[in-house]
Amino acid sequence: MKYSLWNLLRQAPRGHRDWPQAWRNPEPKESYDVIIIGAGGHGLATAYYLAKEHGITRTAVLEKGWLGGGNTGRNTTIVRSNYLWDESAHLYEHSLRLFETLSQDLNFNVMFSPRGVINLAHNEHDLKELRRRGHACRLNGIDYEMVTPREIKEIAPIINISRSIRYPVLGGAMQRRAGNARHDAVAWGLARRADEFGVDIIQNCEVTGIDVRDGRVTGVQTTRGAIRANRIGAVPAGHASVVASMAGLRLPVESHTLQAMVTEPVKPVIDTVIMSNTVHVYISQSDKGELVLGAGIDGYNSYSQKGGINVIEHQLEGLCELYPIVSRLKIMRAWGGIVDIAPDASPIISKTPVEGFYINCGWGTGGFKATPGSGWVFAHTIAQDRPHRLNEAFSLGRFESGLLIDEHGAAAVAH
Amino acid sequence: MMLIPCPWCGDRLDAEFTCGGEAHIVRPDPATASDAEWADYLFMRKNPKGVHHERWFHAHGCRRWFHITRDTVNHRILAVYAITDSAPEAAG
Repeated sequence: MKYSLWNLLRQAPRGHRDWPQAWRNPEPKESYDVIIIGAGGHGLATAYYLAKEHGITRTAVLEKGWLGGGNTGRNTTIVRSNYLWDESAHLYEHSLRLFETLSQDLNFNVMFSPRGVINLAHNEHDLKELRRRGHACRLNGIDYEMVTPREIKEIAPIINISRSIRYPVLGGAMQRRAGNARHDAVAWGLARRADEFGVDIIQNCEVTGIDVRDGRVTGVQTTRGAIRANRIGAVPAGHASVVASMAGLRLPVESHTLQAMVTEPVKPVIDTVIMSNTVHVYISQSDKGELVLGAGIDGYNSYSQKGGINVIEHQLEGLCELYPIVSRLKIMRAWGGIVDIAPDASPIISKTPVEGFYINCGWGTGGFKATPGSGWVFAHTIAQDRPHRLNEAFSLGRFESGLLIDEHGAAAVAH
Repeated sequence: MMLIPCPWCGDRLDAEFTCGGEAHIVRPDPATASDAEWADYLFMRKNPKGVHHERWFHAHGCRRWFHITRDTVNHRILAVYAITDSAPEAAG
């Protein structure tokens, strides 16, 4: 049923009891045209665009837990496209543009809020780096302008721009079209539309094996039985290496715990997103009033969704200096997610040496912003058996050719 | 957060250490290695969910390297051994 004012009014006298379920909870069939492993945002977006753009609807999305329960529900919801290299800029900008109309596309309010994102500079090098990135962005048609400390203070009065702090704010750069979106709504909206197209979203169904015969995939083994398909797209985020190893592949990624946290809710105090790579602090405010804060990764491989308290302490030290008014706020919740980090901090959206097996991973600390764009190019890659020009460079082969896309500067903190 | 049993300094907080990643990766001969072998050496990792052999460096202590065998799910440390030793069989 379409979500509209008319249907809202129609349901009101019935006490909103007749709204249909947003998606089915189907039993797995014996076979599908395409199997997607992982019902996070990227996996659901892949299934959605396979149906919408390529007419492939006999698709199953297999999820070991519940949909959107991994990194999709654990990130800090920031959407931006201010990346340095052309390849990344084009991919993330495509995703940002999809975000701009996603609510209308999905008939589901993903609460995309282009409230702007500011990156801070704390030393001369930061300033030069931001200028360089700004020039690169504008050459790619992406807005990214320098802002002075005074301008930043006007936009976000809670920031401390005193020159006497340990890492004073010397300036910044702002992408005004960037902002954030409601992460759960993105997963739910994509799931609902994919389901309407006939896609089976099968939760509590963990893939335990991938069947490969003569170098090509024939199906998967799951905790709910065997399922056949000639095309399998794996979008398992932190478990990328685990899933790839089932197909006999090793990947250039390592899994780490990344943490985030929220304070108790307060009245609106900041209506933009501010990030600082140098002191590793970033902050925004959710619609509930919580300040949403992102910390860093633990420095060793981990499949535990629980990180070190020292990482949180480090983030809070910088936070309290930059935004002194938060020092009395309590942290309500802190949590971790497992992120798969590639050596060049760029994703891998690629065919693999196993025919019919496609991998979309390596989003590391910053995958949420790319959710629709990632699904869009991955759907193309699976449907056409070749990458779209937007993800051609993000191949597994780049680690052999040496054509890496080094985005450590764009991704070091900015998740 | 973990207590790491440094072979020289005893139990210390993990914040004192730097993790050097997967251990026992053998460097191929750059004169004869193919691009694929070189890429495999530089970038490809096992990244297992479970038992992992890895190198650690006590950066804020004795500044020595050593090996640890650790479970990446529950962070239990299964073995600690010298940087020159090969992986213990029993720990996987």
